[in-house]
Amino acid sequence: MSVKSYRQALNEALHQEMARDPHVIVIGEDIAGGAGASGQQDAWGGAFGVTKGLLGAFGPARVRDTPISESAFVGAAVGAAATGLRPVAEIMFVDFLGVCFDQIFNQAAKFRYMFGGKAVTPFVLRATFGAGTRSASQHSQALYPIFTHIPGLKVVIPSSPYDAKGLLTQAIRDNDPVIFLENKLLYDTVGEVPDGPYVIPFGEANILREGSDVTIIAFGRMVHIAMDAANALAKEGIDCTVIDPRTTSPLDEDTILESAEETGRVVIVDEANPRCGMAADVSSIIAEKAFGALKAPIMKVTAPHTPVPYAPNLEAAYLPDATRVAAAARAAFTYGK
Amino acid sequence: MADTIQPITMPKWGMTMTEGRLASWLVQEGQQISQGQEFVEVETEKITNVVESLVSGNIRKIIVPEGATAPVGALLAVVAEPTVPDSEIEQFINSYADRAGKSDDETEGQAAPRVVAAGPHSLNILSIGDGDGQPAILVHGFGGDIGTWLFTQDALAQNRKVHIVDLPAHGGSAPSLEKGSVEELAAALLMAMDALSVEKAHLVGHSMGGAVALSLAQSAPGRVASLALIAPAGIGPEISSEYIEGFLNADRRKPMKDVLARLFASSEAMSAGMVENVLRFKRLDGVPEALGAIAANIAEQGKQKIDLKPALEGAGVPALVIWGEQDAVIPSSQATGLPAGVQVEIISNAGHMPMMEASSTVNRLLSSHLASADAK
Amino acid sequence: MSGMQLSRDELLNAYRTMRTIRVFEDRVSAEMASGDIPGNTHLYAGQEASAVGVCFNLTSTDSIASTHRGHGHCIAKGCDVDGMMAEIFGKDTGICRGKGGSMHIADLSKGMIGANGIVGGGPPLACGAALTAQILGRDDVAVCFSGDGAINQGTTAESMNLAQIWKLPVIFAVEDNGFGEATAKSFVVAGEITKRAEALGMAHAMVDGVDFFAVHDAAQEAIARARRGEGPTLLHIETPRYYGHFSGDPDNYRTAEEKAAMRLERDCLTVFRRRVLEAKLLNESDLDAVDAEVQELIDGAVKAARAAPQPGLETLTTDVYVRYV
Repeated sequence: MSVKSYRQALNEALHQEMARDPHVIVIGEDIAGGAGASGQQDAWGGAFGVTKGLLGAFGPARVRDTPISESAFVGAAVGAAATGLRPVAEIMFVDFLGVCFDQIFNQAAKFRYMFGGKAVTPFVLRATFGAGTRSASQHSQALYPIFTHIPGLKVVIPSSPYDAKGLLTQAIRDNDPVIFLENKLLYDTVGEVPDGPYVIPFGEANILREGSDVTIIAFGRMVHIAMDAANALAKEGIDCTVIDPRTTSPLDEDTILESAEETGRVVIVDEANPRCGMAADVSSIIAEKAFGALKAPIMKVTAPHTPVPYAPNLEAAYLPDATRVAAAARAAFTYGK
Repeated sequence: MADTIQPITMPKWGMTMTEGRLASWLVQEGQQISQGQEFVEVETEKITNVVESLVSGNIRKIIVPEGATAPVGALLAVVAEPTVPDSEIEQFINSYADRAGKSDDETEGQAAPRVVAAGPHSLNILSIGDGDGQPAILVHGFGGDIGTWLFTQDALAQNRKVHIVDLPAHGGSAPSLEKGSVEELAAALLMAMDALSVEKAHLVGHSMGGAVALSLAQSAPGRVASLALIAPAGIGPEISSEYIEGFLNADRRKPMKDVLARLFASSEAMSAGMVENVLRFKRLDGVPEALGAIAANIAEQGKQKIDLKPALEGAGVPALVIWGEQDAVIPSSQATGLPAGVQVEIISNAGHMPMMEASSTVNRLLSSHLASADAK
Repeated sequence: MSGMQLSRDELLNAYRTMRTIRVFEDRVSAEMASGDIPGNTHLYAGQEASAVGVCFNLTSTDSIASTHRGHGHCIAKGCDVDGMMAEIFGKDTGICRGKGGSMHIADLSKGMIGANGIVGGGPPLACGAALTAQILGRDDVAVCFSGDGAINQGTTAESMNLAQIWKLPVIFAVEDNGFGEATAKSFVVAGEITKRAEALGMAHAMVDGVDFFAVHDAAQEAIARARRGEGPTLLHIETPRYYGHFSGDPDNYRTAEEKAAMRLERDCLTVFRRRVLEAKLLNESDLDAVDAEVQELIDGAVKAARAAPQPGLETLTTDVYVRYV
């Protein structure tokens, strides 16, 4: 056990799984970086340094830099998965899914069902997501609801280094296609991470704190914002439960509903846009299945229905923050009192 | 006058505890308390525990209310004789903020567990305390770890070195077992004693750790100063297969919570953090297989496969057996009919984990057992 | 070895497979008209020599990716004909248990990694199958069947580049039937298809898709090259499409004269018969016996499919994941 960054935790999972299973390959743009150039090989180790060192350890056959052809290499990863490999494909920004979506949602997601249960497609797609880096509309989105919508895909959004390693290890060992989304702003966050391999099962929410007044459900980096808000609210005497579902598909409905039934007051924090997002989805589940327990309207704290802006003040206003979460929780707590 | 005002602070249990939540006050302002009296209930992310007062006097002021969270070392309440004026109490409280920071320095110096090479094993061992007493070694049970002894270790370490060991395939120790038998675990513990240069020690074992202690006493009798066995395995026929199977099978929070609740007389002693800790351990590669192998060596369909009663009979050292009356894993009825000379203590309102649920009683029993064994 | 040097049994097998595809497709067309086939189909009739000529050089560990017009590829790669017919009828005994239908027939155990409802869906997947072979050090190859329509998809261009830079053991078998749906190739395809391969430095060949032997020999060479680790090949196979884009397509964008001439002059079965008879490799009665045998096979497949039960409603929600929670 030692303290590692989110980035190191992911890198360690990739290293350990590639060492454990020769069928695991890593494929994507600049995942080594420098291929064919005059300077250093493995110059980048991925656009965010997550795959650094894999080239040296496992060689260019299993660590493949690709042309900027997301459809071809994502599709090749899917085809390789259907024929016996366990590929981990990386697209730098989840926003780029627009140019390769067919291979994900029409091919990978559907093989098993449309082939009558005979296909196994152990494919992992890693991508970064999230606003807050002044990268504007095409490099900042939180598109996990789109994947969550599609049967056949599993969707993972780790919020801590511990979860990042355990969930990525599970994703690689999983026999279904997994979309694994990493918030760029979390790469340098640190936490205790076991040195050996371990898996965290999908569909098992993490309860970060337990309180009986308000339930806050948050996804990805929003978990940290929710915790900040909950810690501030504790000083006001409002005791919050904070739930990180960890995976949006499968979704741990039981944990969410159990807490909603206990507190009757729910806030959902989602960096995605509000329409058909996770906040909308989770609130519909609670409204349908825990209606009788609700003591206040379900509060949603999300991005607005706009693209991600560039100017720092606009981007700050776009993103949910602890102040907004605390205000929503306070409103839920005092409603009807 | 100030020395008659005594602070009551947030305790620190184990390395990782940084804060605690004040679950409930069992006393009120103005009430008299005596040393050893249980007076406040504190909840950490791992466990809820009732704290015994180290001082006697009048609860003059409660500072941290029920439900609030306070850092380790924070002033919870102030005890003083009724004759001390309120103004001095106020002054004491105001000045306490300056002193509170000191506890951080103490934390820095606190011993951390380390990995010790013991033959083929790499064992995670925490060593604390010092003094004239013979060293003690604390051995957890099946699926447990050094955290088992969170409320025990400091009491025992007052006048002796205490080594708290993670057995192979438990806690921070690698799953390095070949067969997973109790003999193999005892051999690993003996190798740990060699590595630690401990010639002779008191063995304090819980559940399976009790069986390991007995096995070691059998194979290396000269190395054991005394035996203290808490709800030990190996001396009676029954063992809960629901617990063992449940523990092996549970890989998610809910089923694990149900399984761990069987350990306690009151499941309120447990918290989400304890469940999460066990799950984190069980998720490690190799651990489920190793635990399965160990379980297969210990029990089959609710019956124990090991009989170490002869080891207890032939140990020839002072022996103490402690059992929680409501133990749902290994029934406390097994404490009857033990060899003459074995001190048997049954604790009411405790389950399989009396050292957690009734820590003050267990600590008193263990301390006096070790002291009298030292004297022999 | 040229196709003309195949053994008598091999020649009969090739003919049987082509005839099976033809009768299967003609029968599906007729059954569509009866209204008992629930979905739509895209018929492969006319193109048989392409699928069979290529797949004759493959083993069950080689992979093929197919298209919406996939029945011929499936039969040529060894998919069970009864299972295929039942699938098209939407029955529980279907090769995909009635969950895929005509456009999603697959049998991974035979190396048939899927018909595909998305034009251009297959090329990246075929590259992936080839990548598996390359990384695991197997001498398997992957064939990507696609049409002249898919040649204009970005996935095809991307995949051809990927295959060439990685020297993947993949063959792009472009079946040019002159039409992308209802639009003529001449209207939408710029330049020559083989030149697209040439621009990448990829081996390529023009192939007469009406002649089994021409396809067989060209594919044999391309597949051998791939197995040797020398990379991909593009085969531009010119072939007729007897039916419209889909069953029920009035096909009125082609003249009746053109269609009649096509069936008369460009029939791979007639060409095959003529060539083996002229070379005295087989005699007429051998071939007629195969025709009768195939007719019986397809009759049986339809009878069985009609009699088979529908999938149980409980299967609606199964097979989405290997394991969800």
